[in-house]
Parts: sequence; C-alpha cells; structure tokens
Amino acid sequence: MIKTDILIIGAGPTGLFAVFEAGLLQLKCHIIDALPQPGGQCAEIYPKKPIYDIPGFPEILAGELIDNLMEQIKPFQPGFTLGEQATTIDHQEDGTFIVTTNKGTQHHAPIIAIAGGLGSFEPRKPLLDKLEDYEENGVEYMIKDPERYRDKKVLIAGGGDSALDWTIFLSDVAKEVTLVHRRNEFRGALDSVEKLQALKNQGKVSLITPAEVVALGGSQKLEWATVRHEENKGDTSEYNIETDHFIPLFGLSPKLGPIADWGLEIERNAIKVNNSLDYQTNIPGIYAIGDVNTYPGKLKLILCGFHEATLMCQSAYQKINPNKRYVLKYTTVGGVQGFDGSKKEAPKAVVKAIV
Amino acid sequence: MSDIQITIRDREGATHKIQAPTDMNMNLMELVRTWELAPEGTIGVCGGMVMCASCQVYIDSTHPLPDKTDEEEAMLSEAFFVKENSRLGCQIPLENSLDELEVTIAPES
Repeated sequence: MIKTDILIIGAGPTGLFAVFEAGLLQLKCHIIDALPQPGGQCAEIYPKKPIYDIPGFPEILAGELIDNLMEQIKPFQPGFTLGEQATTIDHQEDGTFIVTTNKGTQHHAPIIAIAGGLGSFEPRKPLLDKLEDYEENGVEYMIKDPERYRDKKVLIAGGGDSALDWTIFLSDVAKEVTLVHRRNEFRGALDSVEKLQALKNQGKVSLITPAEVVALGGSQKLEWATVRHEENKGDTSEYNIETDHFIPLFGLSPKLGPIADWGLEIERNAIKVNNSLDYQTNIPGIYAIGDVNTYPGKLKLILCGFHEATLMCQSAYQKINPNKRYVLKYTTVGGVQGFDGSKKEAPKAVVKAIV
Repeated sequence: MSDIQITIRDREGATHKIQAPTDMNMNLMELVRTWELAPEGTIGVCGGMVMCASCQVYIDSTHPLPDKTDEEEAMLSEAFFVKENSRLGCQIPLENSLDELEVTIAPES
C-alpha cells in the first residue's frame, strides 16, 4: 500500500505544480496517471506546440513546460503510479481514502486532489465487427511490452507519430510488420517518415496505402485481417493478410471514466467545486483542480490550474494539521527545502562598510 | 456588428438556427461550444489545434470553404465516420460568405 499526504490523480501541469506547492508546506505527494509518462495533454497531444500565456514565459513548448515542472518538483520526490487508471475509492472510518487502480495498486491518503484534465486518455477504437472479441487475443491498442511481438506477424493501422514510431521499433523485433494507412501521406516527425521510407525500401516493413482494415477473422484468436486497398484511383481490391496481432493506433480520446462514479457532483463532464474557498468537492477531503473542475466563471487555462493547486494545498495543510497556525512565506525568503535534503535559497546580501 | 445565420444539426438530430458573429475571430467549433450544442468534453477537445477530430462536421450546403490544410487532411484521415463532406469545425472561421451555411455535427468517437 502506497501512503502519502496528498494523492493527486492526473500528472498534467496542474497536478505536477500541486506537488511543488504541497512540498513548500512539507506535504508529500503521489501521482496516478493512466498514461505511461507524466505531462497529460501537454506531453501526449501537443508536446511540440508553443504556449504563450504561461506567466513569465513569452513562449514555451508544452513539452518544455512539463520538463520544467518535473525539474521544479524534483526536490519534493513525488511518487508516480503511471500507466494505471484510478478506478475505485474507499472511504475509511477515520476520514481518509484508499484509491485503487485498474491494476490493483492501492494508495492511502487523507487528501485526494483530482487534477484529471478532460479525463483519462482511452484509445480510439476503429469501427470493426468482432473487434472486441479479439481484444487480448491479438488486438491491442497500446504497446506495453514490445517483447510480446518477438517473431510474430504484426499489423499496425494509423498515420500519426505512434503508428510510425512503433512500426519502426517493431521492425527489429517482429517477424513481419505491415503498416496500413488511409492515405499515402503520414503525419509525423520528419525523421520518422524518412526512417520508415528507408525500412520500406529495404523490405523490412510492408506499407499498404491508401488502405484500411475492414474486417478481422480467426477462431479463438486473431489469425487474419481483411484490407481494402485502393492501389490506383478507382481500382480497389480486398484481400486477407495473415497476422498474429492487430494494433490500431488512432490516437486517444479523454473520458472522465470511473471518477464519474465516485459520488462527486458533476456538471457538463466536470466536477463542481467551491471556488470561493479551496476548490473542494461535495465530498470533504476530495478536491478537484485544473480543467477537470467547474465553477461560475471557470476558465480551462493552465495558469488558472496553478492558482487552484496553490489554494488547494493550503486547505489540505489545514485539514491535515488542524491545530497548526500557518503563515505564508515567500520562496525568496524561505527558499525551497527538498525532501531529498537539497536546499535552494537566495544568496545573502553583502553588508560591508566602504571606507 | 455583423451576424450570419448558420443551421446546425446536433448529434441527437435536433436542428438549431444560430445567429453567429463574424467579428469575433470565432470558428465553427467554437460556435457549437458557445451554444453548447454538444456536451463539453466531447467537442473541441484539443482546443482547435487540429490534434483531435472531435469537432468533425458534415457540410450540408454548397458554400465555398477554405481549402483543407495538410494538417486537417491528415487528422481527418485518421478520424472515424468520415464522409466526402467532412470538415473539422475548428478550421472553418465564421465569415460573411458563410451566411445560411448548414452543417451536421458528426458522431462522437
């Protein structure tokens, strides 16, 4: 069982910054996120896009913002449970909570901060008959363990970065890799596109474009996929490809998911909070910060999430330490003392007489 | 202030005739969100960066529209329920030439 002071759900910018503000108050944090890496949308959807409204940064790439936040919170040694989705919450008699993920990892904390953005990212599934019958039997939407594909026949569908990257990676692992995409053009980093072109020329991967997978078949497990291929304009044929795995990579879409069943007041796919005080939800001890919450006048901006995270941490401190009085200390005055023993502080001014 | 009229069929099949401003730098996706014709979180997920296809619409009238950019073509090529007349709402700025435009919001996917 993982124990912490504040359990944060969602490793986007708001959740990450909450670790910093909590750390200043000597509160420890642990973060759960369904994605395998921290950063939320900033890392998953638009890492290379610039943001212009982060105070103090005239321009910063979303991916850089996440790198900076990770650096900023490092001294506070946050724990991470990545690639797992928070599914259930159990209220304990002493007012604390146990949150369990879809993989059974348990987390115990007196305070929960939901910083879940638009929800947890779930793979977008193509519209194919019997697709769900083959899930776990040859159809996968994310590649978690590449070794699984060693010496197997793999069929990948999609035209974005993840389809390109995995096709390239698996060309060294799998027996055969085929990539099917609806267009001849691919949307990805230039060097991935060039690498794929080279692999195609060497005969290490098969590319079928413009084409799409229209049916799946096999008894017990996936054995073949039917591909509709438009070789020339108006000249379309359908044929079967033998394969052990089909991996459709059509991006991810956020869904509020299991949090919707936690008894929280929800309005328009967002969690209602008290914005005049501390961003607490209708359940004492559970807060919601960033894009996942709603209140009159709510704006879904990263900078607003930072503010909400800061006030939430103050309230959490009072809840955890009801008898302590707190006075705000500026980091310029108090410095930053990490749980790892590190200490950052402003250099002392030199006071010396000039004679 | 100049307004145009746009007819939008929502995902439930209801038709809405909307007065849309052309002087507010707004696009079709934002118009749908402003009027809440699709639930928050199911449209404009990426905020208009051409990084999702949640604002896909079908253009039902014959208005001349700006050409698709490579990004929009690529995004639509990975979207579901795509038809000949599919466009991403975030790539259609509201302009005077779009008066009496008719669109249908594509299903959520």
